[in-house]
Amino acid sequence: MDSMVQYLVTGLTVGSIYALMAIGFVAIYNITGILNFAQGEFAMIGALSCVSFVNWGLPMVAAIPAAVMLTALIGFIIERTAIFPVRNRSVITLIVITIGLSTFIKGIGLIIWGTSPHTLQPVVKAEPIKLFGAVINPQSLFIFLTVLVLLVILYVFFDKTFIGSALKASEKNPRAASLMGINTSSMSALSFTLAAALGAIAGIMIAPLTDATYEMGFLIGLKGFVAMVIGGVNNIPGAVVGGLLLGVIESFSGGLISTFYSDAIAFGILLLILFFKPTGLFSKAAGERV
Amino acid sequence: MFHVTGLSTHIGKIQILHSIDLYVERGEIVSVIGANGAGKSTLLNTLAGLYTPSAGTVALEREVISGLPAYKVVAKGLSLVPEGRQIFPNLTVRENLLLGMYSRYYKEKKQTKERIDMVLDMFPGLKKHLDNLGGNLSGGEQQMLAIGRGLMSQPKIILLDEPSMGLAPKIVNDILEILLRIKKEMGTMIILVEQNVKAALKVADRVYVLEHGSIILHGTKEEISMNPQVKSAYLGMKMTS
Repeated sequence: MDSMVQYLVTGLTVGSIYALMAIGFVAIYNITGILNFAQGEFAMIGALSCVSFVNWGLPMVAAIPAAVMLTALIGFIIERTAIFPVRNRSVITLIVITIGLSTFIKGIGLIIWGTSPHTLQPVVKAEPIKLFGAVINPQSLFIFLTVLVLLVILYVFFDKTFIGSALKASEKNPRAASLMGINTSSMSALSFTLAAALGAIAGIMIAPLTDATYEMGFLIGLKGFVAMVIGGVNNIPGAVVGGLLLGVIESFSGGLISTFYSDAIAFGILLLILFFKPTGLFSKAAGERV
Repeated sequence: MFHVTGLSTHIGKIQILHSIDLYVERGEIVSVIGANGAGKSTLLNTLAGLYTPSAGTVALEREVISGLPAYKVVAKGLSLVPEGRQIFPNLTVRENLLLGMYSRYYKEKKQTKERIDMVLDMFPGLKKHLDNLGGNLSGGEQQMLAIGRGLMSQPKIILLDEPSMGLAPKIVNDILEILLRIKKEMGTMIILVEQNVKAALKVADRVYVLEHGSIILHGTKEEISMNPQVKSAYLGMKMTS
């Protein structure tokens, strides 16, 4: 029983990080139609630049926002230099470009940070809390709280602000949005910036648990992608549930079967969902009046 | 004044529009009629900047607006109510309306309430739906929303692409009445593209007939309704020899 609670807590912790990655995927996909395979690299840049900022003597509270902003800026620059100039090409071309970007950014990461893993101190340094027999790392609570706050901010941004409704309009119907006077290409830049910031936060959150390396982006990006597929590509709440679900499944399968197979099980689930419910578990029925 | 001169549009390698000349004067409803595939929608989409013309110019109040992307054309005072309404189903009616003045929102934020009231005055039926999602409205209400949204930016000219499509005759009449009100109360220039020729002839001051991407006839409403060619091809009347 105790270990079950432990698995659940671990699963939800990792899952909320996957959820952040998944939201990044959803934001870019819905606004530009692009599956951004460089999403994981944003996590890498976020984590490693945060490590560097800390090594330069910045306190954690300053290093984190600095790393997030730096990554967001890189996301913006990437969109303007690699996506915007070729925005009229087919979506598949753009997706392949993101694969190239991923390799490119990984290479830059290798040059800057080398091959050895870097450690990032947890933000919260406190004694683990005992709850229902499980040991809860304060870092986990911090992660939950951050994700929760981010979700509220995203909700307010998308549902309560004017720019948020412009984003949603561009996501639903870019052509009609441009007839309203919305510059849909600047919405595309906004989506990359937002996704990069979320990716950076995810990377910074997970680094204290797994260490940060230049190639960490691949796996966390893939997990975020799986989370998005589980939840359905077109909705943020679905992506969040998908991320949590993936984290919990991984944690339980790691605990009950073997950590050896936890990745295999996670990707096995991806395959099953793609076979049987390719639109995701929580996708809304897409009906429109014509 | 709205002037289109020698306008041609290619989509891919195929030329859809052939040197179109057309004008609209202030306070005038001009209708463009033609069969399916004549190029009516391509014409409106080119005017709105969704397609870049391969030749010719579009000028609004003497300012050339052809070649600008759609989002800049709106800011110049041209608003297109697209075919099939294209409202945003995932946004509320109020949000849909507000996006209609996106190009001026930050400059004219204070007037948003006034603008919404103006639209609600034209379309009282939308009032009770303000906070409902656009996707839940009936077809007629969606068309009203689409026109209302197009008026939110207070355009100098508004283009309507088949507003009667799929609507009951009574609602089509309501919409025609509203076009007359827009013309009278706001002095907005209107281009109405219709397959429903009878409806178009009811409200238009002048009419252009488009066939295979060229204007083949142009005249006042009276001239066009008396034209034997139009009578037989578009109004379903037999030609009397």
